[in-house]
Amino acid sequence: MNALFKYISTVFKGVGTLLTGMKITGKYVFTPWNNVTQQYPENRDTLKMFDRFRGEVIMPHSENNEHLCTGCGICELNCPNGSIEIISKMELTEEGKKKRAIDQHIYHLGMCTFCNLCIKACPTGAIVMGQNFEHAVWDRSKLTKVLNQPGSKIAQGVKE
Amino acid sequence: MGFNIYDFSGMTHNMHLWFMERMSPTATTIVEWTVIGVSYMLFVALFGLFLVYAERKVCAAFQQRLGPMRVGFWGVLQTIADFIKLLMKELIMPKSADKFLYNLAPFIVMIATFLAMAVLPFAKGLQTLDFDIGIFYVTAVSSVGVIGILLAGWSSNNKYSLIGAMRSGAQILSYELSVSLSLVTIIILAGSMQLSVIVESQRDSWFLFKGHIPSLIAFVIFLIAGTAETNRGPFDLAEAESELTAGFHTEYSGIKFAFFFLAEYINMFIVAAMATTVFLGGWMPLHFGSIESFNHVMDFIPPLVWFFMKVCGVIFLIMWFKWTFPRLRVDQILTLEWKYLLPINLVNILLMCLVVLTKFHL
Repeated sequence: MNALFKYISTVFKGVGTLLTGMKITGKYVFTPWNNVTQQYPENRDTLKMFDRFRGEVIMPHSENNEHLCTGCGICELNCPNGSIEIISKMELTEEGKKKRAIDQHIYHLGMCTFCNLCIKACPTGAIVMGQNFEHAVWDRSKLTKVLNQPGSKIAQGVKE
Repeated sequence: MGFNIYDFSGMTHNMHLWFMERMSPTATTIVEWTVIGVSYMLFVALFGLFLVYAERKVCAAFQQRLGPMRVGFWGVLQTIADFIKLLMKELIMPKSADKFLYNLAPFIVMIATFLAMAVLPFAKGLQTLDFDIGIFYVTAVSSVGVIGILLAGWSSNNKYSLIGAMRSGAQILSYELSVSLSLVTIIILAGSMQLSVIVESQRDSWFLFKGHIPSLIAFVIFLIAGTAETNRGPFDLAEAESELTAGFHTEYSGIKFAFFFLAEYINMFIVAAMATTVFLGGWMPLHFGSIESFNHVMDFIPPLVWFFMKVCGVIFLIMWFKWTFPRLRVDQILTLEWKYLLPINLVNILLMCLVVLTKFHL
């Protein structure tokens, strides 16, 4: 008798779990406005990528053409496939001390795997992931980018 | 009521007389066969294309996608484009395949599908064959298809095809029992195996409601077993893509692959149509016992529309199963059939006998 009871309860439990699954997928069907598909080339103007999307590494500059990069090279050390090259230079500060600064932050987009390690490692938050994903170019050399803009300098008060 | 525009039997009778006036009886028979055959082929091709499109759209909706959107408005021409592509593909045959059986297999599957479709009542008078053993006939010929599947797996000379075919064979033979027994439950209630009589006796109330709990259980079991018999949904381990590449039709390409594909979808239609005919009142409109005005409004919808509305509803349910449940293992499939569906079914038949004996359904 106990076995029979167990058998029947198994059947009902099984049907119950199946109905739970069907309820979830049914909710997806009847809420089509939650669809995730983007019809890309048509909605190119209105398309907004989600916040965590990793399109490319960029270095934000302020309106005074100032960035936060100190040229420490930690991103270069952390990059697993050598997509980042840091060329630093020595600058004289106002007190007459020598200080290291970024000359060229070279980023090879073609080699980047978008692993986000450089951004996590950056002590000053100078580089972030951008949202642009249209990277197709005719020439491979165009994928090598210099992230700091020409004539830019480090913002005041950034500690190394 | 006099002349009923929703009754096709007068139309077919007049057509028969029209042919007989102009031709010899032999020629009439041949012409009628041709007309029926062509219309069935057209129906299979068009409804198959529609089902493939519907499957892709429904699947997309279940996964919060949009599905095909580019070819035609909302992608309606997508399946036609796919079909043209399939027709243009090269037919590749494995070097060491059994040539005769390899070429025969898709046709056997297709023929079984056509045979099963012959008895389906689409509307009043719109039924090719009206046997007094209609249900028995459908269960018999729909299991002929498994021979085609086994042949396809065997003759391809490919171990994945063979494993897929064997799985499919074990599965179809097992679930054939459940399908038949759940239909037997309704045969007890209806007292007839003739499909037109079964539809006619659901004029007031569908068997799903008339038979109380036993017919509800039978309906659920029929849906599960029917899904398994078409090798669909959670029971598609015969063509499990991740394990067997594509199962029995791995080695087929072009139009022969299309035959298997089409047969699978039309089999789904047949299961849905059988569920509709036997449980959901076939082409009968939805009637509630005493609400006269409601019943009258429902009568205005043509029977063909009713039939296809119900069929599409059942097909949607089957697709819902497919896109929700994970695939079962071989042992799980056989456990489900032999330890659960079959005993429940036998007890259910007993229950239905009690219902009929006590005249509880009247």
